[in-house]
Amino acid sequence: MTGAEMVVKALEKNGVKIVFGYPGAANCPIIDKLSFSPIKHILTRNEQGAAHMASGYARVTNGVGVCTATSGPGATNLITGIATAFMDSVPVVALTGQVATNLIGKDAFQEVDIIGATLPFTKYNHLIKSGEEIPRVINEAFHIASTGRPGPVLIDFPMDILKQTFDYPEEDDEVNIRGYKLVGKPNESQINKVAEAIKSAQRPIILAGGGIVISNSVDKFREFVDKTGIPVVSTMMGIGTVPSNSKSYLGMVGSHGAKRANLALNHADTVIILGSRLGDRTVAHAQGFKNNRTIIHIDIDPAEIGKNLVPDIPVVGDIGEVLDTLIPLCEGYGIYEDWEEEVKNLREKYPPRSNSADTGFVDPKYFLTRLSEKTNSDIYLSTEVGQNQIWTANYFNVKTPRALLTSGGFGTMGYGLPAAIGAATAADKPVVAIMGDGSFQMDLPELATMCQWNIPVKMVVFKNDRLGMVHEHQYLLYKSNYQAVTIEGSPDFNKLADAYGIPNAYIAENSQIDEGIDKLMGADGSFLLVVSVNPFEPTGDSLNEDRLPKKEAVK
Amino acid sequence: MSDGIYTVSILVENTSGVLSRVVGMFTRRAFNIHSLSVGTTNEENISRITIEVKGDALTVEQVTKQLSKIMEVIKIKILKNADMVKRGIMLCKVKTSTKTRSEVLEIANIFRAKVVDIAPSTVVIEITGGPSKLDAFIDMISPYGIEELARTGMTALERGSNTLKI
Repeated sequence: MTGAEMVVKALEKNGVKIVFGYPGAANCPIIDKLSFSPIKHILTRNEQGAAHMASGYARVTNGVGVCTATSGPGATNLITGIATAFMDSVPVVALTGQVATNLIGKDAFQEVDIIGATLPFTKYNHLIKSGEEIPRVINEAFHIASTGRPGPVLIDFPMDILKQTFDYPEEDDEVNIRGYKLVGKPNESQINKVAEAIKSAQRPIILAGGGIVISNSVDKFREFVDKTGIPVVSTMMGIGTVPSNSKSYLGMVGSHGAKRANLALNHADTVIILGSRLGDRTVAHAQGFKNNRTIIHIDIDPAEIGKNLVPDIPVVGDIGEVLDTLIPLCEGYGIYEDWEEEVKNLREKYPPRSNSADTGFVDPKYFLTRLSEKTNSDIYLSTEVGQNQIWTANYFNVKTPRALLTSGGFGTMGYGLPAAIGAATAADKPVVAIMGDGSFQMDLPELATMCQWNIPVKMVVFKNDRLGMVHEHQYLLYKSNYQAVTIEGSPDFNKLADAYGIPNAYIAENSQIDEGIDKLMGADGSFLLVVSVNPFEPTGDSLNEDRLPKKEAVK
Repeated sequence: MSDGIYTVSILVENTSGVLSRVVGMFTRRAFNIHSLSVGTTNEENISRITIEVKGDALTVEQVTKQLSKIMEVIKIKILKNADMVKRGIMLCKVKTSTKTRSEVLEIANIFRAKVVDIAPSTVVIEITGGPSKLDAFIDMISPYGIEELARTGMTALERGSNTLKI
């Protein structure tokens, strides 16, 4: 069996159904042998798209996404996607071709040290030295990528090894890595302390992170919330851990979060952090955040505890296992009357605000509210990065975990559309990609991938002819010195969609929203809805609305 | 939390690239390596890396947690100053003349150092010891003129029956 055949066999054994990739000389042996396998290979238009597709696929299937690229530039093009997956703890296995073993280090054609390059942002990576180790290394890669705190793993295959013949080992299923230590059962006495702290708290709050989703503990988490009555705020990755419109949820916190959520978090006396690494966009000054309060931090990765903030009660463990022990201890909890009143007041004082009147532009917040309502939130939704992401995070009513695909940690423009395509290859519900006109232009190559493989994605582009978030940044912090943020020269997106044979529409008034959404969701396959948005539309709801100029003033 | 030097002993798989993974983590997360030594052990395929880390206790705790996430890292222990022997080797080429040679050799003697090379105008002295002993030797010998100096990182083992083994 050739090395490449061993790769394919090991992928099959690990349950792989789809590989996103791009061929070149070095990974061609794998592409060749994949054609004899039931595994489907989706040709993308850029390797970066392949990595994001694998990531989107992994997020919706709760499985491992796989991508492949050739050596050198193919491999380096994967990098942004790998780093994106790393920051959001997404299980992705990347298979790269490498120049032949005897050429490594000789600066051969299309040679790059991709192991060295991806070292800081892969959970593990490995250069294959002999064919015999291929099945073991691939098994280990899937195990490492998907267990504990998940993350991307890259395997680099020199092309000579892919072509040589080896014996496939008879027994290859046992994965045993002595340096890979999964955390054990959570410490019960620590969980007892958590229960005590919750009991004695006056104003407890839960900061819900993506770890709740990743550990598949959303049902248990919702039980915990219902039982204790503790209000919930979330990080961006924690959106959907409770339905965004539930009475316990106040919204996303952080620099682009909802004011009511930030105020509630700041006024709480006990903060229960579940599965969040407390990034700087969630808590700007982690040590100041402590402020004499009781901080409980529960995470599967011991290194996250104490990294940004030293908690009073650390608990290391799988969130599901922690909740299994914690929930029975919280029997009879849930009386925080004054606090509930205060939270209720915050909710009433700072509700989500959007404008449904016609102004010559579509209010993106109102659009997302209507999209929630008209689809009953029964869709997968990907976002790009920028204003479109924040509007979606704050105004789309996410009801289920894994429904929102977004690059939370790395903030990668060019993520949303390929992630949606990857998700749509496996999704049981429609997939909608929310984009800005800046990020959409980073995605353009993958429109062809969508068309070639008939993968339906409902695309929404908020068009303001600006890189909206930076534009706002320059308005607020650079005295309106708008530099490198107007994106004149962009094509007519509707004509572009026509060229790809993708049905499309354009809306510029709030009164057209419903009709636009009907077309978008009613189309048989992919659809592009271009939505005209005021370039001065604020990202958050805390900014002064008065600065929103009328359409005439903008054009 | 006060800054100090912490000695971290790490058992790793003896595979290619393991040192760059360990050192790369220090660079990437802005931790400070004060000294480093690495070598094989009596166990097949296991190497021991000894790193002196500069920082406070919290930083060093983060260092060990981040180290343990590296697949090739098998075991880690922070060694307590009172409970370990820590040694480095230094080779020091000192200028000598017929006038100063005996003084230099006497200093070497006091430090229980060895002369491993002697020539008309230089001697090479090999000295083993903890950081302060090596520093003290440099102080004493500097006035004679140090031609060249090579120092290894510290390596360490716990005293008594405490061990870090697979």
